[in-house]
Amino acid sequence: MQPAPTLDSGSLHGSSQAGVADAPGLTLAPATQATPQIAAPGAKPLESMPSLAQRIVGGLRAALPGLLMTTLSLGLFIALWYFATKYRWDFYIRFNNIPSPGEVLGNAANLIHSEKFYNNMWVSVRRILLGFGIATGLGVAFGLLIGQYRVARGLLLPVFEVLRPIPAIAWVPMAIMLWPTNETSIVFITFLGSFFPILLNTIHGVNSVDPVLVRAGRCLGANELGLLRQVILPAALPHIFTGLTVGMGVAWVSLIAAEMISGQYGIGYFTWEAYSLIQYADIAIGMIVIGVLGLACSGGIRFLGNLLMPWLTTHANRGRT
Amino acid sequence: MNPYVKKDSTTGHIQVENLRVFFGRNSSAVEAVSDVSMQVKPGEFVSIIGPSGCGKSTLLNVVAGFVQPSTGTVTVDGKPTDKPGADRGMVFQQYSLFPWLTVRKNVEFGLKQQGMDNSHRAQAARTLLGLAGLLAFENHYPEQLSGGMKQRVGIVRALATSPQVLLMDEPFGALDAQTRVVMQQILTNMWQRFRISVLFITHDIDESIFLSDRVYVMTARPGKIKAEIPIPLPRPRTPEMASTPEYLAIKTKLRNLISEESLKAMGGELKDSGLAGFDIEVGPQGVAELI
Ligand SMILES: Nc1ncnc2c1ncn2[C@@H]1O[C@H](COP(=O)(O)OP(=O)(O)OP(=O)(O)O)[C@@H](O)[C@H]1O
Ligand SMILES: [Mg+2]
Repeated sequence: MQPAPTLDSGSLHGSSQAGVADAPGLTLAPATQATPQIAAPGAKPLESMPSLAQRIVGGLRAALPGLLMTTLSLGLFIALWYFATKYRWDFYIRFNNIPSPGEVLGNAANLIHSEKFYNNMWVSVRRILLGFGIATGLGVAFGLLIGQYRVARGLLLPVFEVLRPIPAIAWVPMAIMLWPTNETSIVFITFLGSFFPILLNTIHGVNSVDPVLVRAGRCLGANELGLLRQVILPAALPHIFTGLTVGMGVAWVSLIAAEMISGQYGIGYFTWEAYSLIQYADIAIGMIVIGVLGLACSGGIRFLGNLLMPWLTTHANRGRT
Repeated sequence: MNPYVKKDSTTGHIQVENLRVFFGRNSSAVEAVSDVSMQVKPGEFVSIIGPSGCGKSTLLNVVAGFVQPSTGTVTVDGKPTDKPGADRGMVFQQYSLFPWLTVRKNVEFGLKQQGMDNSHRAQAARTLLGLAGLLAFENHYPEQLSGGMKQRVGIVRALATSPQVLLMDEPFGALDAQTRVVMQQILTNMWQRFRISVLFITHDIDESIFLSDRVYVMTARPGKIKAEIPIPLPRPRTPEMASTPEYLAIKTKLRNLISEESLKAMGGELKDSGLAGFDIEVGPQGVAELI
């Protein structure tokens, strides 16, 4: 994690200067110069640019200690795992049946060619996309309404408050009875897991919108819908994305548990099945894949957040026209 | 084509008649504005000055349509101001640019609400930003601007929908003295170019003299109009005028009017806080410096 910021900021400065250069600079230059005394405090000066090679070397040097420590940390973990399985550590914690790193790697090499394995992965991802997607749509929509309108708050919030403390996983039996297929009930569990964090953060986001922005919107002629879509929603977006990040985590927790309990297919099912079939190396593979998929999903949300909220990350002219 | 040509100076008439505003109900009601009658004629620049809490913002908010009159009428060009609208541009003391929009998109916001298409919007916004010397910053986010620039964009944004009147509630209150002077000059330029009526609230006597055609002085709460002072100084006005006898005469007059009210307001507060016997040793001049 450590090295990223240094390298990032280096490349950001590079692109930002390019942005200024190819903005319609010629026509704009007089306007800038016409009001230098006012313009000066607002314009953030660009740092002088070191050469590309210098920046790469500098970036690497700055990143090196962090990189070393990361390698050391992971290396130690794997070494511990390796020796614990090799010498069959059995002191309260038992490593007798735990697969060694080598076994895991060997099985992974086989699974790479297994269509069934990819299918399990895809099924889980699809359930996440569906459940989380619906939760995002409904959570944000209800959140905006509840946050903005007292009637919506009065009618909807009590139901949500009553249902909220029930963990999504507690819904499994009920969901199986409620929904026509196993698949829909698992998507429902995933949905439930992510819905509440998204809903609550959206409500919180709406409640913390600066009232002067709403007044400004009204003065500029925005109607109710325009206000909701063009003022409240973007103002609440940072909080909404907090909700999405939390929601995505809970969605995976709920999904994996649901797949293990009631599932057919899916990476959680794969992991549990491996246990039943005494294919212990596959358990570790399932766990690792779950971790990687979860990480990829939160990375995707962060990426989307940066894409949708450029004003939070821009510190130089992006030259968007 | 520049859509921002001078409008005819027959629209933008703010008329306030016997306005009273109470907040709260019955016995606990606070009278914020008490029987105020005033007007801003088309194309006129009018300031309101008065002690803190005397109801200046409340008066402005009634004109803007955020607060309803308890009694009396407030109209702009004969239409009651019962809800906010793009015919009355407003500039707030707090920075109120939408942080998620670039400078140009902020300026376009009002035009977008009117359903103007993308390219016309962009063109209009760029024209206006050019007038305010902000074109080079059209793609910046508000976060990247200085306070003075933010308020300039705020003014431009309020002007974009070609409102009849511009309402400004201490728009330069948060700025440092130098930036303030520059902003006053820019505002005067924009006002003359657009021939728009301006109702301007300030705490700053010099600011009110420099900008206005007329100044209303309000009493301590509940706010009434205490005096109406014309500012017959020629335009363009320059900072050097501040040492002319005419300027100083007006300033002294305003200063004395305000000092009386501030003393009253402070006396009221002291009485409220149980310090009634307390001797106020600050003379009228001293209090005027305080506000
Ligand atoms: N929404 C409200 N509810 C209750 N009382 C209010 C409300 N808004 C204003 N007041 C009261 O009305 C009085 C006038 O307030 P107002 O904000 O108009 O004063 P002001 O002249 O703008 O003061 P300042 O110079 O400090 O901005 C104050 O005593 C204030 O406490
Ligand atoms: Mg006020």
